Amino acid sequence: MDTLAYSAIFGRILIQFLPVWVALAATFALSISFKRRLGLYGKLFDSPVGMIGFGIVMFWVFTALFADQIITFDPYSQFSGMKNKPLGTPLAGEIEGAYSHFLLGGDHLARDVFSRMVMGARSVLSIAPAATLFAFMVGITLGVPAGYFGGRLDTTLSFVSNLVLAFPVILLFYLLVTPEIRLTGIPVVMAAVLFLFPIIFLTVLFNARFFTDPKKRNLYVGVVLVVGLWAYSGLAFNMDPLGVWSMDPNLLNVFVSVVFVNSPTVFRIVRGIVMDLKARDYVAAGQTRGEGPWYIMLWEILPNARGPLIVDFCLRIGYTTILLGTLGFFGLGVAPDSPDWGSTIDDGRKTLTLFPHSALAPALALMSLVLGLNLLADGLREESLKD
Amino acid sequence: MADWDPSQPILEIEHLSISFFTRLREIPAVMDFSCTVMPGEAMGLVGESGCGKSTVALAVMRELGKTGRIVGGSIKFKGRDLTNMGDEELRHIRGSEIAMIYQEPMASLNPAMKIGAQLAEVPMIHSGMSKADAWALARQIVADVRLPDPDRIINAYPHQLSGGQQQRIVIAMALMAKPALLILDEPTTALDVTVEAGIVDLVKELGEKYGTSMLFISHNLGLVMDVCDRICVMYSGEAVETGNVEQVFDEMRHPYTQALFRSIPLPGADKNARPLISIPGNFPLPHERPPGCNFGPRCDYFQKGRCDATEVPMFPVPDSDRHETRCLRWQEIDWTAPPAKRAVKEKAPIGRVVLKMEDLKKYYAISSGAFGGGTKKVVKANETLSFEAHEGETLAIVGESGCGKSTFAKVLMGLETATSGSIMLFDENVQSTPIQKRNTDTVSQVQMVFQNPFDTLNPSMSVGRQIIRALEIFKFGKSDDERQQRMLELLDLVKLPRAFAERMPRQLSGGQKQRVGIARAFAGGAKVVVADEPVSALDVSVQAAVTDLLMDIQRENRTTLLFISHDLSIVRYLSDRVMVMYLGHVVEMGTTDQVFSPPYHPYTEALLSAVPIADTKVIRKRIVLEGDIPSAMNPPPGCPFQTRCRWKSQVPGGLCEREVPPVQVLEGGHQIKCHLSRKVLEEMEPVIKVAAE
Amino acid sequence: MLIFVARRVGLMILTAFVLTFVVFYLTNLPPNLEKLARSEGSVRMSDESVAAWIEQNGHGGSVLGRYGQWLGIVPGWSNVDEKGVARGRCFEAGSDPAIAPRFCGILQGDWGFSTFAKTEVLPYLGGMLASTGWLMLWVMIVMIPTSLVIGVVAGMREGTRTDRVLSTFSIATTATPEYVSGVILVALLASPVTGLSPLLAEWGWIDGKTLFQGASSPDNITFWSFTLPVLTIALYGIGYIARMTRASMTEVMTAQYIRTARLKGVSFRQVVMRHALRNALIAPFTVIMLQFPWLLNGVVIVETLFNYKGFGWTLVQAAGNNDINLLLGCSVVAVFVVLVTQLISDIGYVFLNPRIRLS
Ligand SMILES: Nc1ncnc2c1ncn2[C@@H]1O[C@H](COP(=O)(O)OP(=O)(O)OP(=O)(O)O)[C@@H](O)[C@H]1O
Ligand code: SF4
Ligand code: SF4
Ligand SMILES: [Mg+2]
Repeated sequence: MDTLAYSAIFGRILIQFLPVWVALAATFALSISFKRRLGLYGKLFDSPVGMIGFGIVMFWVFTALFADQIITFDPYSQFSGMKNKPLGTPLAGEIEGAYSHFLLGGDHLARDVFSRMVMGARSVLSIAPAATLFAFMVGITLGVPAGYFGGRLDTTLSFVSNLVLAFPVILLFYLLVTPEIRLTGIPVVMAAVLFLFPIIFLTVLFNARFFTDPKKRNLYVGVVLVVGLWAYSGLAFNMDPLGVWSMDPNLLNVFVSVVFVNSPTVFRIVRGIVMDLKARDYVAAGQTRGEGPWYIMLWEILPNARGPLIVDFCLRIGYTTILLGTLGFFGLGVAPDSPDWGSTIDDGRKTLTLFPHSALAPALALMSLVLGLNLLADGLREESLKD
Repeated sequence: MADWDPSQPILEIEHLSISFFTRLREIPAVMDFSCTVMPGEAMGLVGESGCGKSTVALAVMRELGKTGRIVGGSIKFKGRDLTNMGDEELRHIRGSEIAMIYQEPMASLNPAMKIGAQLAEVPMIHSGMSKADAWALARQIVADVRLPDPDRIINAYPHQLSGGQQQRIVIAMALMAKPALLILDEPTTALDVTVEAGIVDLVKELGEKYGTSMLFISHNLGLVMDVCDRICVMYSGEAVETGNVEQVFDEMRHPYTQALFRSIPLPGADKNARPLISIPGNFPLPHERPPGCNFGPRCDYFQKGRCDATEVPMFPVPDSDRHETRCLRWQEIDWTAPPAKRAVKEKAPIGRVVLKMEDLKKYYAISSGAFGGGTKKVVKANETLSFEAHEGETLAIVGESGCGKSTFAKVLMGLETATSGSIMLFDENVQSTPIQKRNTDTVSQVQMVFQNPFDTLNPSMSVGRQIIRALEIFKFGKSDDERQQRMLELLDLVKLPRAFAERMPRQLSGGQKQRVGIARAFAGGAKVVVADEPVSALDVSVQAAVTDLLMDIQRENRTTLLFISHDLSIVRYLSDRVMVMYLGHVVEMGTTDQVFSPPYHPYTEALLSAVPIADTKVIRKRIVLEGDIPSAMNPPPGCPFQTRCRWKSQVPGGLCEREVPPVQVLEGGHQIKCHLSRKVLEEMEPVIKVAAE
Repeated sequence: MLIFVARRVGLMILTAFVLTFVVFYLTNLPPNLEKLARSEGSVRMSDESVAAWIEQNGHGGSVLGRYGQWLGIVPGWSNVDEKGVARGRCFEAGSDPAIAPRFCGILQGDWGFSTFAKTEVLPYLGGMLASTGWLMLWVMIVMIPTSLVIGVVAGMREGTRTDRVLSTFSIATTATPEYVSGVILVALLASPVTGLSPLLAEWGWIDGKTLFQGASSPDNITFWSFTLPVLTIALYGIGYIARMTRASMTEVMTAQYIRTARLKGVSFRQVVMRHALRNALIAPFTVIMLQFPWLLNGVVIVETLFNYKGFGWTLVQAAGNNDINLLLGCSVVAVFVVLVTQLISDIGYVFLNPRIRLS
């Protein structure tokens, strides 16, 4: 069999991504036809930049979802004779039922670069948004009261967040994401603390709103506590009695560190917005009718901060992706054969000047995802500022 | 310019139409607008917010931004059409021939440039003056706008000046090149009334001195009367009436102008006997204008099939000084007929004392210095406040910015605790009880209406939800249905359609938001309502409706209303008693009649004379105060008002500078905090005289 | 002003103490010490001998006490091992403990001995910092002017095609972390098989096999060896600072006082130069200063990628080889850099902004 020409490679890759195209087309068709009814999300489709960004992001989301259908080979297995082979090389030695070519070549361990890149999307997208969400929970739960009450609470929390921010990220990772640290149990302690925030946040949120109606309150808070603590026991301590929730200790270490690094920035942003919003009359109105501080913070102030927070959320997922890549790049906290983009880039760079393709593919993938998130954030910002 | 004949108009706007092009639609902001300004003339442009006043002004400067475009008509300045002038030519006219002054003085000055540099730039650009000469001229003009110590000021940065001083600098900047036309867009709206009076005087004087023509934009009819020779009333993008000030004020020929005058509180209006008449309905959005006459849907004289048939042109009024009106029926309407509906309302009886404050003091400890270090300072926001308020009574609290009105409100509401003194609320001392510790009853009985309609409602919660939340907090009703029902009733109470419950605040106009705010305040059957400037941010036609609403609810519920305001016209109209504050002190207190007639406290006197009144029959004594209000951080020793008081010389021995004056109680319980002797007080003349009708 | 600086410095010192303690604590965790013992002693040490090694080499006792020793406010440890040799923190094994100083921590200028570099930490780190200094200098020279010009030009006329092109460029570079842009740049410009180099070599335009060099070293600073690392670090910063500058510039350009200036008849050039620029550069100044910590990340990545022996490279080696003293030294430097830049940014902001300075 012949090596494929670039056009053929391109064509075949497009075909491999077929499920993604279908899903994208459906998403856009539906969204555009109902865009007037979809609030800020709908307005996104008025902004070309936002649409491009959203398109790219959704492309990777769908890729992660349909990765099993898209890949051409098992991303972990090695194929003899395919080491460092260039793009479009036919598989050495026919294998029954296997795909015919290495579309994007082979890496230094003779694995299929294309499949690894696709699988990498799944490994990145299964951590980055969740880690960002947790960082937001922590940042919001601490930032809102710091900005609202000010005073000593604010001084202390700001000091702590500046402490974390003063650490160069890489140093922090080198200290926090190591096998030795896992032995000490520090990640579990951090998880125990950090994972508590979403539960606290939701409990306070519902209690503040529904304490006037104990029946409803008990229902909502009860559901939060039951589900939250159940997940908590599994994720933080790996002690879920039912075994539904669990997290690999490696992954937990990475996850916790990323949340830890991100939350101080979120804290600062939230605190700033809250300090601005708390001078509004509707806040004073809440106070004069005797609302508790938590209701005012979470139901009067927070919803009005959502614009900048959503924008920052998109940006921050991108940043988290970069951080995860950095971790992979330094080989911290990931399994050696993990297909995530950071460690694939690291693998590829050793032979970079001679066989650049195995590092370029994940590099471009990571760049495009982050770019998409940035464009999406820009589009959202632009649209939320209008009218 | 040489070929321009000075007897011709300096500015001639003809059939000007301006649109903004947004992505959704074209917004026709101004349509078929014409007006002429003769040399040396001051033309006033009045109208409600959004009617296109600023747009016209900016079109003259050709500064409509990326989205705005002149879609028809011409703007001739000294005979030359500005609408098709090239950029370079335009640049020579801007600043040298036409200058503009806007509302926010602080925002108009570059924070990082010295005042002198900003001023000197103008002649350096336009007449190639040398730097030294330009600075010398700047210094002279700064002195011309009556700023003290010009040498210091030209070397200062904008933030080192007070608001009033900044506005004077902006005026100085406009005058640097001795322009032929000066455009002023609400130049005093951001300033306090007593400071405003000074600026208005200055503008008038300079206009006469330099022979500058003016286009003066304002929403305040009284101010326009003070400054202008001619007036042009705008409504929804059109000029509806134009003429000289006397004719338009006294012989208006357009129903909108008439309605406008009936909705503002002039002396003689009274909430019970002669209530204000608000204009029904709402101002149409530019892209939702009705067919035919724009004012049609709100006009009392509307005639179907005629008023809504065709576009209405301007009709000249014969035998007049270029008086024109855009009304089809102007000749048929009986302009002298008194307003039809004049439902006289019962005056609510005044009941027992519900609120009593004694020797209330509120001091804040503030750390001075830019970086939070330095010494602690004490700001005396409220100084020995004592008064009582009765059931069903309206007590007005009057004063300019920084006088401690809002602190007082916060202390009363329990958002802050008083430093000392007592607050008796229904015989319960709440002085040191913060709001969290007050019981639901107390909280729900004292409620507040806020100033800024854009801020008073939570933008991300529906109107109904916000009212229901208040009901939940006040423990009203047993079920959600009951509260829902009550919420709808409250909407009825503030005369809003029930469908508004589903709306989000951004879908409401300013007046409607304010109504929701009132509904929310009355959700728990409030007995004492503090209204902090509830109407000052609203348009005049809406103001009347909202005040009336407050009055009606008060009459029904026998509420005690504490009405905080800086606007003396509205205070006179609706209050039973008045309390005047200056720098944390209550300087005068008494019934409305006592406060509005001599003897006055010197500050009240100045305040009264500073408020513009849109009535040609009122003669006002002009008392212009020097300087600005001192900062509360560092008040003058002795009498707080001594830095600006014109009566100080009447007190022997410099007592005013040394001692805080005692409260003198005159007959009828009228209190004045001043060192002036009884005799001097009694000889004071009234500030406002209404000429015989 | 003085009070302000004093407070900031006080806060900074407190921060420095807390941070170094955290680093000390994390590097001295028992598993790390065990690993160190095994790498210094032998891999097959029994658990008891590991414990003994730790005890003997002064790693026993409370963390606080050891931290104090490291700082130099607690007397250094000393003991006699089973062979009867006196060992201690402040003297060479076997020499007389009596003549050694009692305290020897970083306050006394003794940063300890690096097991990785086999030399004293302080001079070694100094040399590495100097190398990185050169890299940073060039990064600054490239990054700051470029980013400010891009930001100002883009923000000066919002929404024009120039603006869109420049903004897209800035977004693209901020979306490209150093390890991605480095890889792309090397593939494009420094690979003998792909990108431009083979073409250029074929045409005979370049002498060597590649246009730029894919590795660089502090001893040999040339345009060809430095361009790629500098560009890699600068690119990310350029995008970021340019976006900040643009945002600040567009905001300033819509400010009322700019309109006032325009309506005074000031020409567009003058509006930008005299009225907008100074106000627009206040915000980016802070950003540039706060960018230093981020540059530190870039430095670590780029030095690893280009095998440039500088501070970042040392950090990675120290961490990888569990060289506690070196890692602590690196942390002190990093924390110091971050805090000083924060201080400069605060003070500079005050000086740039007359509104704060004079009130
Ligand atoms: N840049 C713009 N884009 C779209 N619409 C605009 C723009 N500027 C003004 N408008 C619309 O044009 C109309 C006239 O606005 P303008 O600012 O001239 O009113 P105004 O009379 O000066 O009001 P105010 O008293 O509040 O200053 C308004 O409906 C406004 O919404
Ligand atoms: S034209 Fe008709 S609707 Fe319009 S103002 Fe005159 S009477 Fe009223
Ligand atoms: S006490 Fe003196 S300064 Fe004060 S108001 Fe009376 S006369 Fe004026
Ligand atoms: Mg306006």
